[in-house]
Amino acid sequence: MLEVGKIKDKLLINGQELKSRLFIGTGKFPQKSLIPDVIEGSGSGIVTVALRRVDFTDKDENIVNYINKDCIIMINTSGARTAEEAVRIARISREAGCGDWIKIEVIRDNKYLLPDNDETIKAAEILAKEGFVVMPYVSPDLMVAKRLEEAGAASIMPLGAPIGTNKGLKSKEFIRILIEEINLPIIVDAGIGRPSHAAEAMEMGADAVLVNTAIATAEDPVLMAGAFAKAVQAGRDAYLAGPGSIRNYAEASSPLTGFLSN
Amino acid sequence: MSFYDLYKDYKDINFNLFFKGISDIDILNILEKDRLEIEDFLRLLSPQAGRYLEEMAQKAHHLTIKNFGKVIFLYTPLYLSNYCVNNCSYCGFNVNHDYERKKLTIEEVGKEAEVIAEKGIRDILILTGESRKHSPISYIKDCVRVLKNHFTSIGVEVYPLTKAEYQELVSIGVDGLTIYQEVYNEVIYDQVHISGPKKDYHYRLDAAERGCQAGIRRINIGSLLGLDDWEKEAFFAGLHAWYLQKKYIDMEISLSVPRLRLHPGGISGNFLVENRDLVQVILAYRLFMPRIGINLSTREPADLRDNLLSLGITKVSAESTTIVGGYSDSNGTAQFEIADQRRITDIKNIIAAKGYQAVFQDWHYLDIDDIDIMSN
Repeated sequence: MLEVGKIKDKLLINGQELKSRLFIGTGKFPQKSLIPDVIEGSGSGIVTVALRRVDFTDKDENIVNYINKDCIIMINTSGARTAEEAVRIARISREAGCGDWIKIEVIRDNKYLLPDNDETIKAAEILAKEGFVVMPYVSPDLMVAKRLEEAGAASIMPLGAPIGTNKGLKSKEFIRILIEEINLPIIVDAGIGRPSHAAEAMEMGADAVLVNTAIATAEDPVLMAGAFAKAVQAGRDAYLAGPGSIRNYAEASSPLTGFLSN
Repeated sequence: MSFYDLYKDYKDINFNLFFKGISDIDILNILEKDRLEIEDFLRLLSPQAGRYLEEMAQKAHHLTIKNFGKVIFLYTPLYLSNYCVNNCSYCGFNVNHDYERKKLTIEEVGKEAEVIAEKGIRDILILTGESRKHSPISYIKDCVRVLKNHFTSIGVEVYPLTKAEYQELVSIGVDGLTIYQEVYNEVIYDQVHISGPKKDYHYRLDAAERGCQAGIRRINIGSLLGLDDWEKEAFFAGLHAWYLQKKYIDMEISLSVPRLRLHPGGISGNFLVENRDLVQVILAYRLFMPRIGINLSTREPADLRDNLLSLGITKVSAESTTIVGGYSDSNGTAQFEIADQRRITDIKNIIAAKGYQAVFQDWHYLDIDDIDIMSN
């Protein structure tokens, strides 16, 4: 029964069971006060926050104070241009009491915001040794993902398309390879512009998706968060149900190999 | 290679002739494109494109939200010293202006910082006139050390420095550099910079690039609109930003769009820049470079600033004074008049009413300790 399958269908990261396969970003909302409702509407259990935006000295301005208490805060290293800067950000975050979940973002390209995979691996090696829950954001590449797995990453977060483009799963074939070959949760991050893109990633077997721009810049972010939650669940259910294969050619009415059984 | 090599390829083109060859269809085609060429950018600065401001604005608005989200960053300038050895015809700090000069003591810097930080500002831009005697690098560094107790992001807008000097500033936590060429037209540059070290066009032109090489994180450039035809000046400033973005890919590049303001004893601009011209400049910048920051200062009046917010602006200054020591004591001489004098809380509310979040902090300096991170 499908129902049985669903009950068993848990997403575990670092031994922790997550209540949703939708992760939320926080950087682009028109008001911080929307964030609690968005999290509620999305059912998300993991929210990522850029340390560069966290103002520890001002309660009203501190974005962390807008995140529901039962959510895991995953600090991201936005702004890091090297492994060293990412490591510094992670350590500052831990010192400041933001926990051990770190989304490593090392970006040296400010035009497309593409990750630097080499520097990301270096940072992952150091931070995993220090006991961080390492969630690296990468361009999808099998060898990079393998090295991150060896380094002790807790998941791999490949981009679907460049950040903020809303273009969907442009890197689908490469993400599919990661899903097949890597024994870590694969979380599609960046580029997911519509709930249908999220469903597509989940149908393909991604373990989760992270959405920021598409929710934060929607006319009604709370409604959009709910739409994404449903799409993620629908995609996951479809993956578990095992969708029929799509055929690019017709069922032949006159089989070419029929003579073999004649 | 310097930006000057690229500048040379374009500086002698006949803008009017180029603009005459542009049709409405050309502009509409550009609006359909995902990626613009340099020539497309120039076409967007033409009178023909001026007829399509609304269409340009719609696209610019969406591109900005997609790239930056519904947020506007805030910063405040802090004038440290108005001693200046330059004689620049358009500037209130001009060496020939006879008024009592002032330089903040380190203690006064702390007081000013406290007043500004109390308002919620975390991103500070420090400014000085050009005087290596009164505001040497050592003084700027002393100020930065004090400011780090109050702010998480520190930019400098000071006289052009050597690469090594920029490195010194980076090493103590300065992350931003603002340096305007003022005017890219070399002939006019020479005319308005009557005497002083600022007369050296090339040294100033290459300063942004030295900053990039020194490892600064944010570079903000621009031309002071009103010293030559705005179309030309906006084009060269945009081209300069494009050059830096392509060559120094890890840099956060932004453009400012300052218009010449009146100042005590100064000239008024010979080249008028109307509001709609300013709008066209902002839109052309955004369509050409979707990822670039566009800054707007309090030089512009409140109602205009409010309306420009949705067109591609990403960062605004708030509750500024150009008087040295002006945050704790408003008596003194201003570099130029401030048009938008509203309080930060008012500006924050306006930003919210326009559908954006006012973001005070977008960086946190990382040198919180001296441990060797990589080998630890």
